[in-house]
Amino acid sequence: MIYDALIAPFVEYGFMRRALVACLALALGGGPVGTFLVLRRMSLMGDAMSHAILPGAAIGFLIAGLSIWWMSAGGLVAGLSIVLLAAIVSRTTALKEDASLAGFYLISLAAGVLIISLRGSSVDLLHVLFGTILSVTDDALLLIASIATLTLVTLAVIYRPLVIECFDPAFLRATTGGGTLWHFIFLALVVVNLVAGFQALGTLMALGLMMLPAAAARFWAGEVWSLAALSTLLAFLSGLVGLLLSYNFNLPSGPSIVLTAGVIYVGSIALGTRDSLRTRYFPRAHFHD
Amino acid sequence: MRKLIALCLSLTLAAFAAPAQADEAPLKVVASFSILGDMVKNVAGARADVTVIVGPDSDAHSFEPGPGHASALAEADLLVINGLGFEPWLVRLASAARSKATYVVASYGVSARLRAADTHDHAHEENHAPTSDGDFDPHAWQSLRNGIIYVRNIAEALAKKDPAHATLYEANAESYIAELSRLDEWVRAEIGRLPPQKRKVITTHDAFGYFGAAYGVSFIAPVGLSSNAEPSAQALAGLVDQIRREQIRALFMENMTSPRMMEVISRETGAEEGGTLYSDALSAPGGPAPTYTAMFRHNVPALIAAMQKN
Repeated sequence: MIYDALIAPFVEYGFMRRALVACLALALGGGPVGTFLVLRRMSLMGDAMSHAILPGAAIGFLIAGLSIWWMSAGGLVAGLSIVLLAAIVSRTTALKEDASLAGFYLISLAAGVLIISLRGSSVDLLHVLFGTILSVTDDALLLIASIATLTLVTLAVIYRPLVIECFDPAFLRATTGGGTLWHFIFLALVVVNLVAGFQALGTLMALGLMMLPAAAARFWAGEVWSLAALSTLLAFLSGLVGLLLSYNFNLPSGPSIVLTAGVIYVGSIALGTRDSLRTRYFPRAHFHD
Repeated sequence: MRKLIALCLSLTLAAFAAPAQADEAPLKVVASFSILGDMVKNVAGARADVTVIVGPDSDAHSFEPGPGHASALAEADLLVINGLGFEPWLVRLASAARSKATYVVASYGVSARLRAADTHDHAHEENHAPTSDGDFDPHAWQSLRNGIIYVRNIAEALAKKDPAHATLYEANAESYIAELSRLDEWVRAEIGRLPPQKRKVITTHDAFGYFGAAYGVSFIAPVGLSSNAEPSAQALAGLVDQIRREQIRALFMENMTSPRMMEVISRETGAEEGGTLYSDALSAPGGPAPTYTAMFRHNVPALIAAMQKN
């Protein structure tokens, strides 16, 4: 009974195994990146970037159909260009980075929808916007796993300056001459991880598996490394539970996974051990006067 | 069903009431999709200027019209639609364009099949919002005998609209119908050569209900009647089980749905991809299925080659 519901789907069906491995790889890359997004108060910028990927993916789609490599390369180029453009505008004009990014991502999103609609049907558009983790092919899996590896290695290298820049940017500027480089490497990592998530979950929900676990982890852990580890774990757990829900209750898989992460997030707001509703309004009685 | 008949009747009555035009300028005919357009061209020849709304290689299920389509509808004398809920948006579009065209429901008189939900229970069906004609499978042209009914309806409507050339339309229709009947016999003969237990195919879009019923082939679809539903893991697992159980190797991607899902199923079950089938749309003029008859000449050998591996 329990075996049939929880284990059998992964033993019997290769597509379930591949979807699970894809979730693991997405969690490994997305967990730490999401954590830094939360720490740097860039959660909504992550959302903007995930939409900025669309026109590049659309151009890749125009050139080679639903080819993973073309769409990813296109998405990468588009995402990085938007980030760079936004940064240049915010550093050379009076516009702040969030406003200029929002401006570019809206242009980008509209261009993406336009490009896909020009050639493909709205069916194609749905595939790009939502993706299907059940149809993750070997190529896609390889891409997602490479991106996870690249992310972890890069983060290991830039971990120290990145953490310092999160909490004390003035100190970093004084000692190494500016955090702009780290900032850009980090933004590139965000774009790369969004491209990976977009293969599995589509552009609309790629950020879900990155942001929700990282935000949930905030209510349980206190150090940067434990936040990253916990959000990776929660992301993988969301993938696992979401896939099982999709299998046992006949639900579309992408939304199931993101909603599972959402339930964990809401549960953490209420019940977490740090700064949650529970600790604020129902504190333990161990500090009696 | 009663509602449908009433709709068809009222539309045909409208055809009677429309004033006939007998001038020498060609009739402006708008067809809702490429297969109907091809039929009209065969019946009317040079007497009609045919505009097709949903062109080759496009999906009528999720089509978005542009202003060019509205202006074509505004000027049309005759509007040929499939009916059976295939293009519900078109009537809205035509009235928005203030079209004075007479409607022809090409599928009028066809014995309509219910949607595939009863035969292949993949539980996707609850994902589809029910529409007024939503219970019927609209892809009636996939049986050539229905195609003949389509051609008769079209010829009749053209003759009503342009009585001066009625004999021409009738003659064209008769020779076209003769061609379709010969093709129908050929399809039956070709498929008849396969043993019945091998006549099973998996395709991404269940547009072949009428084909299957007419020629004795079972079509099993991974996604429901519309091509835009995201399947659940359970639905996909159910399909994989079915393929394994029934040992099907004939696998077809359609000319407009995502190939990735098919790749996954193929990998899971060892079933092989049999190529492209044309179902809802013809190919562009240089392609493998530019006309209604060419569509069958393309689809049938492809189906047979794949089913032989079952």
